[in-house]
Amino acid sequence: MKDAHDGPILEIDELSISFFTRLREIPAVMDFSVRVMPGEAVGLVGESGCGKSTVALGVMQDLGKNGRIVGGSIKFKGQDLNTMSQDELREIRGSQIAMIYQEPMASLNPAMKIGKQLMEVPMIHADVSQKEAYDRALQVVTDVKLPDPKRILDSYPHQLSGGQQQRIVIAMALMAEPSLLILDEPTTALDVTVEAAVVELVKELGQKYGTSMLFISHNLGLVLETCDRICVMYSGEAVETGDIEDVFDQMRHPYTQALFRSIPLPGADKNARPLVAIPGNFPLPHERPPGCNFGPRCDYFEEGRCDAVERVPMETVPGDERHRSRCLRFKEIDWDAPPLNVSTKEKSEPGRVVLKMDELKKYYEVAANALFGGSGAKKVVKANETLSFEARESETLAIVGESGCGKSTFAKVLMGLETATDGAIVLDNREIQDIPIEARDTKTVADVQMVFQNPFDTLNPSMSVGRQIMRALEIFGEGKDDAERREKMLRLLDLVKLPREFADRMPRQLSGGQKQRVGIARAFAGGARIVVADEPVSALDVSVQAAVTDLLMEIQREQKTTLLFISHDLSIVRYLSDRVMVMYLGHVVELGTTEQVFAPPYHPYTEALLSAVPIADTHVEKKHIVLEGDIPSAMNPPSGCPFQTRCSWKQKVPGNLCETEVPPVRIMADGHQIKCHLADAEFDNMEPVIKIAAE
Amino acid sequence: MGMFILRRVGVMLLTALCLTFLVFYLTNLYPNLEKLAKTQGNFRMSDEAVASWLEKGGYLQPTPVKYAEWLGVVPSYRFEAEDGTVTGRCILPGMEASEAPRYCGILQGYWGWSTVFRDPVSEIISTRLALTGKLMLWVMLLMVPGALIIGVLAGMREGSPLDRSLSTFSITTTATPEYVSGVLFIAVFASSAVGLKWFKGTATSAMENATFENFFLPVLTIALYGMGYIARMTRASMAEVMTAQYIRTARLKGVSFPNIVLKHALRNALIAPFTVIMLQFPWLLNGVVIVETLFNYKGFGWTLVQAAGNNDIELLLGVSVVSVIVVLVTQLISDIGYVYLNPRISVT
Repeated sequence: MKDAHDGPILEIDELSISFFTRLREIPAVMDFSVRVMPGEAVGLVGESGCGKSTVALGVMQDLGKNGRIVGGSIKFKGQDLNTMSQDELREIRGSQIAMIYQEPMASLNPAMKIGKQLMEVPMIHADVSQKEAYDRALQVVTDVKLPDPKRILDSYPHQLSGGQQQRIVIAMALMAEPSLLILDEPTTALDVTVEAAVVELVKELGQKYGTSMLFISHNLGLVLETCDRICVMYSGEAVETGDIEDVFDQMRHPYTQALFRSIPLPGADKNARPLVAIPGNFPLPHERPPGCNFGPRCDYFEEGRCDAVERVPMETVPGDERHRSRCLRFKEIDWDAPPLNVSTKEKSEPGRVVLKMDELKKYYEVAANALFGGSGAKKVVKANETLSFEARESETLAIVGESGCGKSTFAKVLMGLETATDGAIVLDNREIQDIPIEARDTKTVADVQMVFQNPFDTLNPSMSVGRQIMRALEIFGEGKDDAERREKMLRLLDLVKLPREFADRMPRQLSGGQKQRVGIARAFAGGARIVVADEPVSALDVSVQAAVTDLLMEIQREQKTTLLFISHDLSIVRYLSDRVMVMYLGHVVELGTTEQVFAPPYHPYTEALLSAVPIADTHVEKKHIVLEGDIPSAMNPPSGCPFQTRCSWKQKVPGNLCETEVPPVRIMADGHQIKCHLADAEFDNMEPVIKIAAE
Repeated sequence: MGMFILRRVGVMLLTALCLTFLVFYLTNLYPNLEKLAKTQGNFRMSDEAVASWLEKGGYLQPTPVKYAEWLGVVPSYRFEAEDGTVTGRCILPGMEASEAPRYCGILQGYWGWSTVFRDPVSEIISTRLALTGKLMLWVMLLMVPGALIIGVLAGMREGSPLDRSLSTFSITTTATPEYVSGVLFIAVFASSAVGLKWFKGTATSAMENATFENFFLPVLTIALYGMGYIARMTRASMAEVMTAQYIRTARLKGVSFPNIVLKHALRNALIAPFTVIMLQFPWLLNGVVIVETLFNYKGFGWTLVQAAGNNDIELLLGVSVVSVIVVLVTQLISDIGYVYLNPRISVT
């Protein structure tokens, strides 16, 4: 069935795709060319809205009612997909080209058993019997390393975890051994350690089956780990293509450079080497500037030249046939020059202790049956287990961990949305753990505020931005009348660097980054002293993340705020935090200063986390640790050490200590504690996970 | 699953008790009883005569006692007249007091005596319910598949000409009340006004022997009204499912369009309309009133009108017991069916 084909598997040539609305034609992809050779993995990188998913759907010829290919060709093994009939396309889809999607839960049919969904593929394309299809499904499920394949085939998607679901989606794509695999942000919805395992699997299977891959992602580090070639997209155009090393080390487009400068790589530091945010906003598809799309945000923009042409052509970089850039000036720019206008800042010293946790515990009781329970066994979910730490004035304490580790529960208890089961939260010598938010006085509420993860859901869509901030001011008892509060609100907008006109805008008119700024302004409305930032930038685009992070840091410097930064992204944590607390299943497994946590000795979980985070730097060498399995459910935690089911160091501990006893908290150095059974000698022999190779 | 059903049945019985007590209390208010006495005795009864009539029938006992008697959990009230004849609820006409049972209520299978039809309530209800059951069966057989087909066809390609025309059809049928469509159908298909005369304008003969000719018009009239409603629900749910990501997955797997609709979309799309379909049963039971009257089909709805119009307390109570049971049973079925359709819902 697999015909021998030695040319490129996929050849996209000057592809243009537009969406048609009643008002106008909106070009989504313009003049896009890429070539995927057999066995090659090509990464497609860009921010949301840059057209990378549209390219994927264009290849699949599934653009919906409004989308149309308006120019160029897409050749798959030499055949033009644009001219194929629906029947011909259906034969190729699933058997020759397969796709893996962003959200595994949404892309599996909830009312169909996994086995049936998998077996469908060979039954359509290879016309095999039910029995053969079942055997094939069983084999592929084994290939994607799922435990107990028979049981998995007989379950519904909701009975599996996110990581397992994604493995099933991968298995489904591999059922017919396709020649080309399109992966559309395959790991964005997954936890870091699970992501690492899935990426590992995809790479391995790609080699095993000899599949070519088109890997779409916004994560540069991930692309570095998986792909041979890369194509950077900006606003519907490919701006730079080339081999991974060339593009990463010798970028020849200002956007690529700006992108790299805005992500926290090892070595970046919030005081000495801060991130450089890309100024301005991503242009909307119907508001693109004349000439170079990146022009208005580019440091090297030259008026009368960059905006004078109709469209900047793609040009080959001299000396490298496969490296191309879409920039008029790339031959003139000094690419090795350090970034302009970077201001280094004084490191602020942490002040007195403002917040203290003492053996804080939060348990939830889950009754088997809420209505007729009573006799039913009650389950206790230990969301937070003996949390003890201090946070000082103008200090950033990062709380790191994957989903289900209890970091959000802790935030809820601190905010007063839940009350603690045991232990104490001391704020200014006052215990507040038992006071729910309704009962807290205005001062306490204003003092402890939160910046939420998703700026899109946390603003009232029917209230203007200014009104919402003024409402917060009113609740916090700031200002005597509306006029005074309006004045204060405008000053808050200045603080978060939003233009004052934004006060009268509605949230829907704002971009994600701007909305998050409003969220920050609202949190600081009452002069908050402790701000819990729950993944404040993870829903934002890379270029915006840097700006929002910077803003938080700047406000912190001015107002001496204590920032509790909850995140799963270790790169950003390393960049901005003073101290780091690593949590796993409700336990604090490691706590120390950023330097202590990011250098050996590690807790085995911290080590795995560090190794799982993809880093977009070719000079970095990482130790490779892939955790087996999923995070255990908090409803049914493992006995003894919470991490023992996935720990790679477990056999180094004598006896079955790990399975029977919760490890004690051990002080490794001043202010550095680890919860582990490992012997001192083992800790001393640990090697650093991330090594920066000498240039 | 067994535990779940058992528990639901328990809750159902409790609900049934509460609801029937409410109906019992309302129908046994004094003005109602007075009216009953006057229709049964004579209209010029004095207040004293009414009181003694009610006394004789046991109507003046406290409501909970009367309710318990009606249920059959306490011995029924008996009245011994001065001449020694004993009368009571349990003593049917032509029966000796000594032969009559002490308890007679719903639990003993005694539903009371209809004052309008002069027959035991249980007999009336069973014959009328059977007639309406026949009507409902045919309505369901026409309405549910019809509605689902229309809904699925309209929803699978949202905005297509097929969708537009089917949607217009379903909105029109739902917007036309039965007394309008029924009259229209009779005029068009059964009268000499148009002259088609395909069907019969009355369904009286269908009570004995239902044929396509005499039964189709009432069935169609009811079915059309409900069909539009269910079809709209199905269409909305189908249209939503068709935009879901797993449908795209199936499409990009190479599944053909008919198979996408039948194998991937249908089950998911039926989850929401299923509850609505189950809710149609109780609606049909009472909603048939107009059509049964219009086509002169003496079923359950017609009985309800007679009972309510003539202050027939026991018959009215019997009718409401049946309605309550039908509502609760369909809800139970709908919950169980929901679990079956949607694997994400679990009862344990």
